[in-house]
Amino acid sequence: MPKYDRTRSDFLQDAMKAVPFEYERAASVAEVCALLTQHGPDAKLIAGGQSLVPMMAMRLARPSHLVDLNDVAEMRQIAADGDYVRIGAVVRQVRLEREPVIRERLPLLAQALRWVGHVQTRNRGTPGGSLVHADPSAEIPLVAVTLQAQLKLTSQNDEMWMDAQDFFLAPMVTAIAQDQCLTEIRFPVWPDTRVGSSFQEVSIRHGDFALTSACAQVVIDEDGRCTHAAIGIGGAGPVPLALPDVAAQLVGETLDERVVTAVADAAAAGLEPEADIHASAEYRRHLAEVLVAAALRDARAAAGRGHIS
Amino acid sequence: MSERLYTITLDVNGVQRSGAAPARMTLVDFLRDVLRLTGTHVGCEHGICGACSILLDDEPVRSCLMFAVQADGHRVTTVEGLAADGKLSTLQDSFCETHALQCGYCTPGMLIASHALLEGKSDPTEAQIREAIGGNLCRCTGYQQIVEAVKLAAKRRHEGATS
Repeated sequence: MPKYDRTRSDFLQDAMKAVPFEYERAASVAEVCALLTQHGPDAKLIAGGQSLVPMMAMRLARPSHLVDLNDVAEMRQIAADGDYVRIGAVVRQVRLEREPVIRERLPLLAQALRWVGHVQTRNRGTPGGSLVHADPSAEIPLVAVTLQAQLKLTSQNDEMWMDAQDFFLAPMVTAIAQDQCLTEIRFPVWPDTRVGSSFQEVSIRHGDFALTSACAQVVIDEDGRCTHAAIGIGGAGPVPLALPDVAAQLVGETLDERVVTAVADAAAAGLEPEADIHASAEYRRHLAEVLVAAALRDARAAAGRGHIS
Repeated sequence: MSERLYTITLDVNGVQRSGAAPARMTLVDFLRDVLRLTGTHVGCEHGICGACSILLDDEPVRSCLMFAVQADGHRVTTVEGLAADGKLSTLQDSFCETHALQCGYCTPGMLIASHALLEGKSDPTEAQIREAIGGNLCRCTGYQQIVEAVKLAAKRRHEGATS
């Protein structure tokens, strides 16, 4: 068709970025799983869409069916029961930021959320979406592996819990099966009163992808000795890294400068970061060391105050 | 083969509006091209620049990161909705006063982001203002005049409320 015969609707067709797809809003987890089974591998789930919509706009994702999870009420709950805080996969990030139970019982997650995107994206974005998207520099996956969260994967005839540690396989690749939906995340709560945590990050602009990030959570007893510790590093490998062996070196120690420096050095030593236009591998390794040390100092100070920061 | 169209009905600036669109049409394209509300700008179209910010159920979101069909049944406020009866709001007037725009491309998004801030916090700190507009790019002003505009609007709204 010659160009001058094109109608306004022809131009609108061309202006759309994603490939054509069918859209369905699910009302329950059962309906989500049924639709996944029915539509097969070309179906995609959409929650906040803050990563998926750009992927679709760039046609890196080309689903034939999009199943919207936003109306699934059972995936929008937050509950604290004893040892865990359970978070529905489709809870808005902004709600996690504001919820007192998160600030009190999962301070590291609350701290990390301040680095997740911007106000406008946190108003739509969800923890489940961030986890399944599996960007190696993303904050929520880093907190999940560091605190040994577990992910509930539900399919039509089955449900299972998977350790966050086993979920991330490679950049943007997870162990979720095509017929599974991530419905809930449960974070273990450290029962101690003298817990301190900290999330540190360097990015080009606040809210952009992290060049490198690090987080730490520690328990310090009344004698100033560490009794429990977790350390994680993001953006410096193909998946978010938890470093339990390095963190174990802190147990029984007072977290003085000598110990902090030695452990930060050990944490960065095993990294094999990628180089890209934003940062060299060497710079990322340097950032990891600096940020782990900063996270440990900050977490120590928070624990020493005898309450959660 | 023609693409399936979905009927989308939403409350835009207090008015019930309907239109038909394929599922893959983003909300910002629907607002501009179907409803002909061209105040909301399309910038990067992948969630970086913030020019397309709107309020969805009173919270600021990026309208290029949603499909229009997802907004069916929801409430949307665009920059057109900030000027009641065609009169600039205190915030919009403050943007003029402090020269908070030059080319104007980012302005609808900046207005929506700062309007949402002022609705929640009547007396924001400078850090809170910068956080609220942190997801919006401006290539003209260097941001300082925008921060001043929001401060001025907060002051004027406060004076207006007490006078």
